[in-house]
Amino acid sequence: MPEARVIPIEGRDAGDLPRRGRKASRCAAVGADGQRCRGKAVADGLCGVHLEEQERLAAHEAAPDWERKLAGALAFMRRRVTGDYPIDDFGFDADLTEHVMLAGLRPLYEKYFRVEARGIENIPNEGGALVVANHSGTVPIDAMMTQVAIYDHHPAHRHLRMLGADLVFKTPVVGELARKTGSTLASNEDAERLLTGGELAGVWPEGFKGIGKPFSERYRLQRFGRGGFVSAALRSGVPIIPCSIVGAEEIYPIVGNVKVLARLLGFPYMPVTPFFPLLGPLGLIPLPSKWIIEFGEPIATQDLGPGAADDPMLVFNLTDQVREVIQQTLYKLLLSRRSVFF
Amino acid sequence: MSRVVLITGVSRYLGGLLASTLSRDLSIERIIGVDVVPPRQDVGRTEFVRADIRNPIIAKVIASAHVDTVVHMSVIATPFGAGGRTAMKEINVIGTMQLLAACQKAPSLQKLVVKSTTAIYGSSSRDPALFTEGMEPRAQFRTGYGKDSTEVEGYVRGLGRRRPDVDVTLLRFANFIGPRIDTPLTRYFSLPVVPRVFGFDPRVQFIHEDDGIEVLRRAVVDDHRGTFNVAGSGVLLVSQAIRRAGRPSVQVLSPAVSMVGSLFRRAGLVDFSPEQMQFLQFGRGVDVTRLHDDFVAGRGLTKYIDPNRIAGVEQRILAQMERRRPINA
Repeated sequence: MPEARVIPIEGRDAGDLPRRGRKASRCAAVGADGQRCRGKAVADGLCGVHLEEQERLAAHEAAPDWERKLAGALAFMRRRVTGDYPIDDFGFDADLTEHVMLAGLRPLYEKYFRVEARGIENIPNEGGALVVANHSGTVPIDAMMTQVAIYDHHPAHRHLRMLGADLVFKTPVVGELARKTGSTLASNEDAERLLTGGELAGVWPEGFKGIGKPFSERYRLQRFGRGGFVSAALRSGVPIIPCSIVGAEEIYPIVGNVKVLARLLGFPYMPVTPFFPLLGPLGLIPLPSKWIIEFGEPIATQDLGPGAADDPMLVFNLTDQVREVIQQTLYKLLLSRRSVFF
Repeated sequence: MSRVVLITGVSRYLGGLLASTLSRDLSIERIIGVDVVPPRQDVGRTEFVRADIRNPIIAKVIASAHVDTVVHMSVIATPFGAGGRTAMKEINVIGTMQLLAACQKAPSLQKLVVKSTTAIYGSSSRDPALFTEGMEPRAQFRTGYGKDSTEVEGYVRGLGRRRPDVDVTLLRFANFIGPRIDTPLTRYFSLPVVPRVFGFDPRVQFIHEDDGIEVLRRAVVDDHRGTFNVAGSGVLLVSQAIRRAGRPSVQVLSPAVSMVGSLFRRAGLVDFSPEQMQFLQFGRGVDVTRLHDDFVAGRGLTKYIDPNRIAGVEQRILAQMERRRPINA
């Protein structure tokens, strides 16, 4: 004789919900604070407020990709027009950087220079660190590419906060954009403020000597300033990450320098490349070299203590060590490179 | 602690506001307000003394009333109300010297509060992101409010050295902003179309008038010895501040800036001094860790570009999109 079937009065599908949720009269939604909603369920075990929210989410999910992109763009424009975005103390505008600047640089990074980022895992996920890199290429595109590399490939999508010369901040438009994309003046005060604030700072200690050096001296590191970056790292107790950039030297090969004109205009150098000023504005197009950006192993400074910054010998030695690491890595990368453009 | 408070510059907006605020504090016995013209606003129970701080008569006022706290607020920022730069410097520097000389001779004096400005840090491309109280300006001033204030601070420090028993509080205020205060910068943000220097977007900081008065009140009532930067925490970009004020802006090439400036001056819209022009180019940020105060407020303006309306347009476009979407998608 077949056993009598037990027909459940309540729907069994509610069984996977927590015990209190089985009562059809209560809403099943859990708020952001982990507390269950106290509202009465009207349909699908949800209260009116949460039902509406779920429908809205579903509508958002169902929206075609371009529509979602348009919604994002409109939200961005609304924030821009009403000034509703945060700026940090240095003038860094994360909203603008992420949505406009980096998006604009990305094609250059991915398609034009085909940058290969190596050793990105050497950058810590959080906390202050100082990226020190070689500088080249007449125009500081290498700094921008390093910024893209770290933001795009690092798991924590960190922003690189660059330290620039005061000429950058004196120049109209350039200075404005530099501050908005996270740069600040290369001074001890600013560097330490960034690093102790747990930011990832980037410095190109060769400065104008590196970026404006003739093509014949390519990949030969210039003097690393006065070691100011090392003192800043020592005082803040953050690691130094050597970074070697290959490919930037070939984008605008400097074959001459019109010093008279440079002095007249107040520039540190006035470059002559094989195409500029010969081809006019066409000569401003960089050559499509293939780039490699390699981040080396971090050099810890924490054990040396903040007092170490006052020991000039130690600062010089550490500066030399960083410089040597970058130089050796450059030679290694150059040897492994098949050609300048591929 | 303070029993008898003397406020210089009481007929100016902030001086009067402080006087009326202190009037409500019954622990203070007497409040004496000093200025060359009688106050136009309500100053509560403040006794007004018509005196010029450049005149030695101020010493008699301090001595006869047994003043124990002096609040010096009569350093002026723009020459246009004072009758020219020479008169401004006279009021600021010579006035402070006379006042401090009188203070030094007054045995009853226990506390000196001076309203200074963050303009003493100057404004240049070589500035650090945030100035702390111990930092010096990067570029030297030749003239103007910043220079006057630097000199005033020098004299105040001198008094602090000679009278170590006097508690000196030096408050460096950022630009005041608020619904009632009238400064060149508040007028600037009220312009129907706000001009700014092409290619520069300086960082600026503000202090709301009510917050500023509260800081001054606490400096008088409580003990806060030392130098403090006073500003709302965080910074705004000028372009962002203009957007939050709901105004359109135009960019003016820097060679034409001084021309536009003088045009505005002649039209009586905004009085901008060269150092304020410099400020609109490079801006300035100060570290307010010493003075925790997180308040950034806008001016009570009628917004020409209403954020709600823009959000509404955005919503409507999205709603239209949703309606037009094919069902099978």
